[in-house]
Amino acid sequence: MAAPFDTPELGNVEERRIPALKVGAMAESKPYVAAAAHQEPLGFPGVLEEGWEKKAIGHMGELLSKYRSLQVFMDICVKCGACTDKCHYFLGTADPKNMPVARQDLFRSVYRRYFTPMGKIAPNLVGARDLTKDVLDEWYNYFHQCSQCRRCSVFCPYGIDTAEISMAARDIMDSIGQGQKYCNEIIGKVHKIGNNLGLPAPALLDTLEGLEEDMEAETGVAVKLPIDVHGAEVLLVTPSADFFAEPHILGLMGYAKVFHAAGVSWTLSTLASEAGNFGMFIGNYEQMRKISLRIREAALQLGVKRIIFGECGHAWRVAYSFLNTLAGPWDFLDPRYPVPQHILEFTNDLISRKGIKLDKSGNDGMVLTVHDSCNVARGARMGDTPGGQFTIPRAVIQASVPKFVDMHPDTICEKTFCCGGGGGLLTDELIELRVKGSAPRMEALKDVVEREGVTHMAAMCAICKAQFTKILPYFGHDREMVVSVHQLVSNAIILGDND
Amino acid sequence: MTIFFAILFMVATLVMVVGLGLKIAQYARTPAPLKIPTTPAPLTKPGVAFRLGREALMFESLFKGNKPLWLFAMIFHLGLAVVLIRHVRYFETSVGPLVALVQPLAQPAGLAMVAGLLLLLARRVVIERIRYITGKSDILMLVLLIAIGASGMAMKCLVHTDIVAVKAFFTGLMGFELRPLPTDPLLAVHLLLVAALMIIFPFSKLLHAPGLFFSPTRNQTDTPREHRHLCDWAAKLEEKRS
Ligand code: SF4
Ligand code: SF4
Repeated sequence: MAAPFDTPELGNVEERRIPALKVGAMAESKPYVAAAAHQEPLGFPGVLEEGWEKKAIGHMGELLSKYRSLQVFMDICVKCGACTDKCHYFLGTADPKNMPVARQDLFRSVYRRYFTPMGKIAPNLVGARDLTKDVLDEWYNYFHQCSQCRRCSVFCPYGIDTAEISMAARDIMDSIGQGQKYCNEIIGKVHKIGNNLGLPAPALLDTLEGLEEDMEAETGVAVKLPIDVHGAEVLLVTPSADFFAEPHILGLMGYAKVFHAAGVSWTLSTLASEAGNFGMFIGNYEQMRKISLRIREAALQLGVKRIIFGECGHAWRVAYSFLNTLAGPWDFLDPRYPVPQHILEFTNDLISRKGIKLDKSGNDGMVLTVHDSCNVARGARMGDTPGGQFTIPRAVIQASVPKFVDMHPDTICEKTFCCGGGGGLLTDELIELRVKGSAPRMEALKDVVEREGVTHMAAMCAICKAQFTKILPYFGHDREMVVSVHQLVSNAIILGDND
Repeated sequence: MTIFFAILFMVATLVMVVGLGLKIAQYARTPAPLKIPTTPAPLTKPGVAFRLGREALMFESLFKGNKPLWLFAMIFHLGLAVVLIRHVRYFETSVGPLVALVQPLAQPAGLAMVAGLLLLLARRVVIERIRYITGKSDILMLVLLIAIGASGMAMKCLVHTDIVAVKAFFTGLMGFELRPLPTDPLLAVHLLLVAALMIIFPFSKLLHAPGLFFSPTRNQTDTPREHRHLCDWAAKLEEKRS
C-alpha cells in the first residue's frame, strides 16, 4: 500500500524552517478502515450505513454537550495561526491541512453548519460545510494524521488542544461505522485477551520464564519476573510491548532488577497485562473506562498495596490523569503512595535515598540524550512538582550514564516533538506519515549527534521506542540507537547480596 | 436619527448581554469529564488563577508561540483597553479616576489600536499559512474593527463631534430617557458599526474573551491523583459498576 516516498532532508535545528505549503501533499494518506469484525465487538456499527450523516451530527451534538473542551474550542479559535507551525506532521509533510487550526477547521466547519446561527444563515461567510461523504473522507484521512500530542495546545493563546478534536472526530466516525482498523482491533484484543498484542497468558508466562533465565545467565543473580502473585506489594502494569519487542524488553528487565535490588515484592498480572489504553486514541470514554477497570479488578484480586506503571507515554497520561476518574477510588490501596505511580518515580526515589546503587561504567562509551514523550510531557506529571516529568527521567538517566546532553530547547520538555507514531498511528500503512512526522525530532537529534557525539537516545514510551526503532534507519542511524530508560538502569544497577 | 439609534443600542445591548450570558451559561453547564490541563500545570486554585491571569493580561502562551504576532496582538488589545476605558466617560455623569488617568493616552491608544489591527490584517494577506486559514469572516471582523477605530479617531482628531451631546444621549438612554443625538455622519457610522459589533459578539470568534476562562487545558489544577474528578454523566456509568 505504502507508495515510495522521499525521506525528508533535515535542516538546521536553529533555523526552525517552516515549509512552504504543499496543498494536498498527504491527501491520500490514511490507515485501513476497520472491518465489521473489529467494529462490532466494541459495540460500533460494522459499516457505514444509510443515514450516517444524521447519526454523525446527532453524536456530535452529544459530545458537544458532554465535553466542555470540545464546545469551547469550537467557538473560541480566532485563527491567529500561532499553532500553524507547531505540528510535526505539518513541518514534515507541508500539507496545510496538517496545521493544527486547519485540522480543527475540518471539524469546526461542520460544527458551524449545524450548531451555530451564523453557519446556518451564512455558511459561506464563516466557512461552514455540510457533512458529505467527501468531508467524512477528509476527516478520516486527516484526523488520522494527528498523534494527539498536544504540542499545538502549548502555544495556543486559549489552550485549544487539537487532540481533543481529533478524539471527538474519531469517536463520531466509530459511531457511524467508519472506525480505524489498527486501534479497534487492538482494543478488541485487550477486552478478549488482556493486552494489545493479544499475547495469551501461557505465552506470557513462557516469555517471562525465558527472560528470567537470560537475566540469571547474564548477572548470576536470580532476578524474578513474578506474575499473578497474590499479596505482592506492587502491581506493575506495563505496555505489552515490554514483553516482546526491543528495546522495550531490556527496560522490563531493568524494572525487575530495581524491584529485586530494592527488595520490594511485586507482580505482573495476566488480567491487566497492558498499560496502554487505546480507548483514548479513539476518544471513547466508555472504552477507556472498560480497559481501565481491568486494572482495578487485577489489583483487587491480587490484593496488592500499590500500582506502578511501566514506561509508556500515552499509557501514563491515561494512568496519571484519568485512572482515578475512570476506575477509582483507590481507597483499598496503601494511602502513603500516589495511585498510580510511575516506575521512574519509584526508581528515582530509590536512587535519591540510596536504596539502589548504580555504576555508570555499565554504560561506558554511551552518550545519551532523551526524547520527552509527548503525553508524559504535556498530559501528565511525575513527582510532586510541576515539571517533574522532565527532571525525574533526566535524573535517572544521569545517574546511570557517563554523559548526558539535552537536545535543542525548542524540542524538549513541554515543547517536545512527538516521535511521529503516537495516537494510534503506529501502523505500517502510515509509514510515510510516520517518517515525515519524525523529521523535527530527527533534526534535533542530528544536531546533538554532530555537536556532542550523542550515541543513544533514551525513550520512556512503548510507542516512541517502536516508532524510532523503525524510522531511525531512514535517517541513517542504527535502529538500536533508541534505548529504554530502564535499560540504562539495568546496565548500571549493582545487584547481588553485597551487604 | 435619535430614535433609530436609541432603539438600535437597546437591541444591541440586549443581544450582546443575553447572547453572552447564554454562551457563558452553556460553557459553565457543560461538564469537563476528564482532567486535561496542558502540563506542566499549577497544582492549586490560586496557581490556576495566576496562570489564567498571565494568559489574559500577558498572552503568555502566544508569547511562546509567535513573538511578532504577540506584539501585534498586544498593541491592538492594549490600545483597545485604553480606548474602552476612556469611553466610560460617555456613560457616567462624573468622570472616575481611572478614566481620568488614561485621558492623556487616548490619542496614542487609538492609533495603537488601529495600527495593531492593520498589522494583523497585513499578516493575513502576506503570510502564506495565515492566508490559508483565514476565512471571509476573519477579514470582515478586522475591517469592522478598523472602521470603528478609524471613524472614532477621525472624530477625535479631525471633525470633532459634540461629545457633550453624545454623553447626554447615552446617559439619558441608560435612564430610558430620549435626548437628542448630534446629526453627524461620522458619528452615525461609528455608532452603527459599534452596534453591529455588539450584535455579532456572541455569535463570533469574539467569544475568545470569555472562552479563555473556560478552557479546560488552562483552567484545571493538576491534581488527578490527589482528588477524584468525576462529572455527573460519568458518575451515572458507575451505578452500573459491580
Ligand atoms: S493558536 Fe489557537 S486560536 Fe490561534 S489559530 Fe491556532 S487554535 Fe486557533
Ligand atoms: S495534537 Fe500534535 S499531532 Fe495533533 S495537531 Fe496538535 S501538534 Fe499536530
